[in-house]
Formats: sequence, C-alpha cells, structure tokens
Amino acid sequence: MSEHIVTSFDQELGHIDRLIRDMSDQAASMMQSATRSLTTSDNALAQRVVSEDVIMDARQRELDEAAITLIAKRQPMAQDLRAVVGALRMGADLERIGDLAKNIAKRVGAVGQTPTPKQLAASIESMSDLVLGQVRGVVDHYVARDAEALKQLRIDDQQIDIRYTSVFRELLTYMMEDPRNITACTHLLFCAKNLERIGDHVTNIAENAYYVVTGQQLPAHRPKTDETAMALAE
Amino acid sequence: MTDLSTSETKPETIPMHMTSGSAIIESSELGKGKTVRTPDKENRPVRVKARDVSVFYGPKQALFDVSIDIPAKAVTAFIGPSGCGKSTFLRCLNRMNDTIEGCRVTGQIELDGSDIHDRDLDVVELRARVGMVFQKPNPFPKSIFENVAYGPKIHGLARSKSELEGIVESSLRRASLWEEVKDRLHEPGTGLSGGQQQRLCIARAIAVSPEVILMDEPCSALDPIATAKIEELIDELKQNFTIVIVTHSMQQAARVSQRTAFFHLGNLVEEGPTDTIFTSPKEKRTQDYITGRFG
Repeated sequence: MSEHIVTSFDQELGHIDRLIRDMSDQAASMMQSATRSLTTSDNALAQRVVSEDVIMDARQRELDEAAITLIAKRQPMAQDLRAVVGALRMGADLERIGDLAKNIAKRVGAVGQTPTPKQLAASIESMSDLVLGQVRGVVDHYVARDAEALKQLRIDDQQIDIRYTSVFRELLTYMMEDPRNITACTHLLFCAKNLERIGDHVTNIAENAYYVVTGQQLPAHRPKTDETAMALAE
Repeated sequence: MTDLSTSETKPETIPMHMTSGSAIIESSELGKGKTVRTPDKENRPVRVKARDVSVFYGPKQALFDVSIDIPAKAVTAFIGPSGCGKSTFLRCLNRMNDTIEGCRVTGQIELDGSDIHDRDLDVVELRARVGMVFQKPNPFPKSIFENVAYGPKIHGLARSKSELEGIVESSLRRASLWEEVKDRLHEPGTGLSGGQQQRLCIARAIAVSPEVILMDEPCSALDPIATAKIEELIDELKQNFTIVIVTHSMQQAARVSQRTAFFHLGNLVEEGPTDTIFTSPKEKRTQDYITGRFG
C-alpha cells in the first residue's frame, strides 16, 4: 500500500496494527495454556493465564486510546477509517477471547479434584486445537489482507460448532454412566462452551477484517446449527 | 433536434461552440468519460444533466468529457486537488466561463431538461436560476438591504416596496442572518464579519428564487464557527434548492453532501453517494486522494 504524505500517519496506523497482532498472539497463547492446564490439571499454569488477562486488558486500553487519538488527529478516510474502526472492534473481540480463556483457567482447580477421563480430555483438546488454529489464522489473514481466507475462516466456524455438539454428547454420556462425574463434566461443559464462544469471536473478527480489507460486508446469513438443544430433547 | 450547423450560427457574443445538438439527453447515456459511478439509491430526480463536457482555455484542455447527473434537492460536492477542473466544471453550470476570454466549452448541459446553451436562452436569466456563491464573500458596496434587493429588482420579482421588503426579509431569514442584521439593514454590507458577509451573499443568491445554487469553496475564508453556520445553512437550503459545492475540505464534503464527485487532472474519476466515497471508494485514485496518499 502506498504511503501517506504525512509519515507519522503511517506510523500511527502501524502502531495500531501491531497492537492488534500483539493482542491476538496473547489471546492464542492464553487459550493454549488454558486448555493445557485443564487437561493436565496444572494449577500454576492456570494461575498464569488468569494473571495474563490483566495485560490483555491494558493492551486493549492502549489500542482504544491510540485509535481514538488517531481519529481525532487525522480524521481518517476510506480504508484508513475502516482499519481504525475495525481495530477497535477486533480489539474488543480479542479481549473477550482473553476473558474466556481466563474463565477456562479458573475452572482448572474445580475439575482437577476429580480425574478427567483420558478420552474426554482428548476430545476437548482437539476442539481447542481447532479453535486455536482459527484464532491464529484470523489475524494472520488480516495482516496478509487475504479476504478469501477470511471468508473461508468464517465458514470453518461450523466445524467448531459440530465439535462442540459432539463434546456435549460425550459429556452427557459420562454423566449418565457415573453420577460422580457430574461435577467435573459440568465444569468441562462450561469450558467447551467457552471454546465455542471463542470461535464466535473469531467469526466476528473475520467479518470485521473482511470489511476492513474489502469495504464490503459479508452477508449476514451463515450456516449455523446448534444441535445441543436437540440433543437435550432426545 | 437541431443539427450540427446550428452551433456555427450562434451569436458571436457567446464564445462557445457546441459539438452536438441540443436534443434532450437520454438518461441511460453516460458519456464517453471513464467515470466510476455508484448510482443513487434514493432515486432523486435529476436537475442538472451534463454530458461529455470539455473545457479548453485557448489550446489547453482543462476538462475532459465530464458527464454527471446532479440530483434535485440534495447537495453534490466536487472534490479534488487544485487545478483538477472542479471549479471549471462548476462555472460551466451557469455559463460563467462565457466571461473568460479564450475559454471554450463543448458538450451538453441541461437544466431541467432544457439546454443551457440554447440560443434563445437569456444568460442573465440562467444565472438567476443557477445562483453562485464564491470563495471570498463579495457583497456589493451597498447597504445590506440593497445587496439582497438588487436581484429581485432587476428581475422584476417584486411589484411593490412592501413585497420587496418581504423578499429581503425572507431571504435573510433563510440565510440565518435576519436576527443579526434586522436593526441595521441600511448599513453597508461590507461592514459585516466574514461569515455574515458570506451568509449575505447566500441571501442575495436565494432572493431571486434560484433552482440551483453553486458554491465555490464558500467556507475557505471563514473561521470554524462561521463555517459551521454555513454548513447548517446548506443543510436547510437543500430542502428547497439543488446545491453544488466545491470544497477543499474532505470533512466538509463528507458532512454536507449526499453525493460526491472526485475530479483529477480534468477528469471526473468517480462519483457516488458520499457515504460510499468516504468509506469504500472504488477507484484507487479517489482512495489515495481522500486518505492523503497522493504523491
């Protein structure tokens, strides 16, 4: 992209872009640690995730400030305006991803008291890997200004929903098998739900990023099926 | 339909030669200029229609095949770097270029479906229908009252003194100036502040009930408060008039207009709804200009 006549304008936009990347790196690492601490019952790691959320919040505030100052100073137009407004919204979603990772980490103590069935830990881990791939991918595609990949990534959120439904069913089975699993499984269910919510935030980010890159809004309708409601009724 | 030979028989006093006849332009025609267009969603009627308008200053071509539809009761902003032809094109719309030595205009311009270069058309009357406000406020060296009353007087719009007073008052009110000047109507217009003078010029322009008001950077000589007052006024005036504004302030164009046209090197590069132009312009040159990337 060609440069602005005013060099400091480019630097300010670059700073905002860098903050978004930092936040996304941190969100990914928090999420990864949270899941690992959950499956390995690692309380120390879980504590670290909880404390990292403070840094995440501080970064978001820094991003907000940088964006608002840029708007006030430069009155950005067209793709610059989209980039700044998009950054504000992406920042909010990334911050929420951090929160959700923190929520997962907070449950580690509660789940840890009862042994997590190996197989279950595996299915949560694989769900988490899927979500992690999305979290990493979305900002990479944004930085690369790859609209098509962003569009695809939004569609791929379905896979997370499907995985969530299957984890949900699995948990139900364990609970029915042995009521002593109920406490742990309920916590795990919340964790799975948090992972699924992270996927939704990634979808939001993908939509925002797509708009920043192309100036077009993606169509509102996206195939979305939550089969857990049906599974309950069965 | 008039054939090409009519243009040659035009009176000498009009230094203008039309390359084509004065037939009513088909609305589907968009001319030869390569302009990126985003249509108007609101479907406003077209008040001014220009097709393939080119302007030459002597041998130098300043404007290349500009075609545009200017919607009624809306504000259309012309933006672009200095020397891009936006003011030149604006001046075509009420034939102000006629007054410039060596200036030649080709193409077609219609106001409400009739050719503004028609031989039978009175230029003075055209300029009453298409009023103009300039960059620097230019009140006549007369009283405030006389400044506004001048137009209606020469066009015979008032039959009595009281009617004339009525026109002056309503014009000053519409220009949001009445309250500030009602007690000093007979003081010279040049004694007002810059912003008030500009509003006086707007009152003078609307006193003759024009259909179109052309504004050539009306705020560039004003402070931010006076600018805000003019912008507020433009917003009100668009209920009744068709407004075309040339501005160097992108923010102003974004604030006051419904449609924006971007000119560059004598070409109309892109025109579309203001919201689209300032959030997602289609043409790279437009994008570079409005984001401050022009080298």
